[in-house]
Amino acid sequence: MEDERILYRLQACPFCERVVRVLDEHGVDYESRFVEPLHSERDAVRRVSGSRTVPVLVDPETGATLTESENIVEYVEKYYGEGEDPNTDGGGD
Amino acid sequence: MELGFEVTQLPPHDAPEEGEEAPGFTRPLVNDEYWEDAALSDTVPALVVFYPMNGSFPATYIWQEVEERGWDDHETVVGVTASTPYSHRRFLDERDTDARLFADPSNGVAREWGVAHELDGMTGVEEPRPAVFYVDEGMTVRYAWVADEHPEFPPYDEIDGVVG
Repeated sequence: MEDERILYRLQACPFCERVVRVLDEHGVDYESRFVEPLHSERDAVRRVSGSRTVPVLVDPETGATLTESENIVEYVEKYYGEGEDPNTDGGGD
Repeated sequence: MELGFEVTQLPPHDAPEEGEEAPGFTRPLVNDEYWEDAALSDTVPALVVFYPMNGSFPATYIWQEVEERGWDDHETVVGVTASTPYSHRRFLDERDTDARLFADPSNGVAREWGVAHELDGMTGVEEPRPAVFYVDEGMTVRYAWVADEHPEFPPYDEIDGVVG
């Protein structure tokens, strides 16, 4: 199960929705994990990212764990943008 | 329960019987930290506990028994009721259990399983009637109990024997 790409998100959080939009635009599959509005209730998020903010994207394909929607959008566009294949990055096969 | 009067009977149910295939479903599955969509077929074998919505006294009583009997120490235990994921999170916060809860506010799963209960005096509100199933890894129902009265509680001692 943990080989899935996981997006930690909060319902109706605009930053999370922005990331969802970009993932969908690029046809990137992910599983959603919804967390609580209260920061203090978000230990699951802190364990993966070191902070309790969302969104957080955990991508086992690249081993990346990303926070901040700006960073995540940039990452998705870089690795999953048109004409690019993450598997060719870094000289892999 | 000896009350000295007739307890309200529920209409006949149409739940899967022992040996039949359990109807599959996907709903948000809530644990003590978050929720995510999950298919029942990915959580079996499991004890599946349909129960009246969070906040009702039967919900509290049923889960107190589940906890005290430690069913979650032996089996995967999942609850199903017509409450939201937020309500499930609070409900789990109040309990000491590894059980996880499927959120089914539309009550569609209970309807699919033939155990829906339209509440008298709460127009438009329905929930599952109490019902407990043991579903094996092939999605076959190995144990089934469904409430016939309102209220009625699961035969806990009998289920102890199922959980092992």
